[in-house]
Amino acid sequence: MSTAEVTKRGETMSYQVHDGVLELALYRSPCNEIGSLSLEELESFSRALQDLESQLHAVIVHSEMKAGFCAGADLRELYRRSQELKKADAVRGVRDFLERIHRVLNTIDASPLTTIAAVHGVTFGGGLELALACDLIIADKTARFAFPELRLGLIPGFGGIPRLKRDVGNAVVRDLLLTGRSFNSTKAQQIGLVSQLAGEGEALRAARATAEQVRKFDRETSAAAKRFIKSIPYEELKAEIDIFCSLFERAAVQAGLKKFVESADAQPYLP
Amino acid sequence: MPTAKDTLDEILTLAAAHFKVPREKLSPDEDFFKALGIDSLQTLDLLTKLESHFSVELPDYELQGVSDFRTLAGKIQARL
Repeated sequence: MSTAEVTKRGETMSYQVHDGVLELALYRSPCNEIGSLSLEELESFSRALQDLESQLHAVIVHSEMKAGFCAGADLRELYRRSQELKKADAVRGVRDFLERIHRVLNTIDASPLTTIAAVHGVTFGGGLELALACDLIIADKTARFAFPELRLGLIPGFGGIPRLKRDVGNAVVRDLLLTGRSFNSTKAQQIGLVSQLAGEGEALRAARATAEQVRKFDRETSAAAKRFIKSIPYEELKAEIDIFCSLFERAAVQAGLKKFVESADAQPYLP
Repeated sequence: MPTAKDTLDEILTLAAAHFKVPREKLSPDEDFFKALGIDSLQTLDLLTKLESHFSVELPDYELQGVSDFRTLAGKIQARL
């Protein structure tokens, strides 16, 4: 595949190659919630990334939605499907979904290219997990980060815990996970989650400038450096899926999902 | 350190400017969701602006159930 041919516009996201950079733009309303259609399109992006990697030097993931980068999994779809299916089938469906999205995020994480998440606004749950799969997170001043899954009786399921543990200290992992609270971008940079801060609306520009810098270096050397400094916690990632699925079987999770889906609360994101 | 009244005044001024609502239409005991006409995402935006303006951290769970400017000012004052 030649990079000149690559521009794909899906219903929830598009990707295109520009100056040796594969850019993935998310645009599913309201805030890029990841459901089955988004997953299919992420899988398409993942295949393109692997097919084109020899011709590229960087990847940028960003959002075109005003609300933020990504609010995480599509909980409404998850709840609807779990209501339609028998319990065992629903758990099998969840496991299949998780295994598929783990393959996508593992591909991004292990890519020999330098990968950059340019984030703003809500970067919660699965959105934070997508950002954590990238090498660098560049955040504008409006970005907020959280893992609110415990309020549903669940843990993050898209590989968030092993990657967070890999990248930041225990105090941060425990605070984010066990309280479900959100951090702003300044705090996120202080704790080592975010590499660079940008002004409001400037994260993508900063990511493109960073990708331009990356281009100056020998690809093989950059890839070797990345392999050396960034291990992929495959065993913990598998364990996370098992824990998520065992928790998902409980009635408390269905109750938590129902409460979220039916909530008219002005602050439904709060744990 | 600013007084509680200073903090409350700053919040009202900041909220009015950010959400383009006349300052004189906001009162300390008013429900800010209604007064500002904001949804959950905009509430997060306000939280970020307040943290940045006052250089404090405001854990979301401390704000659960808080809906008026005066109580919000008290939460911020306790973190200054």
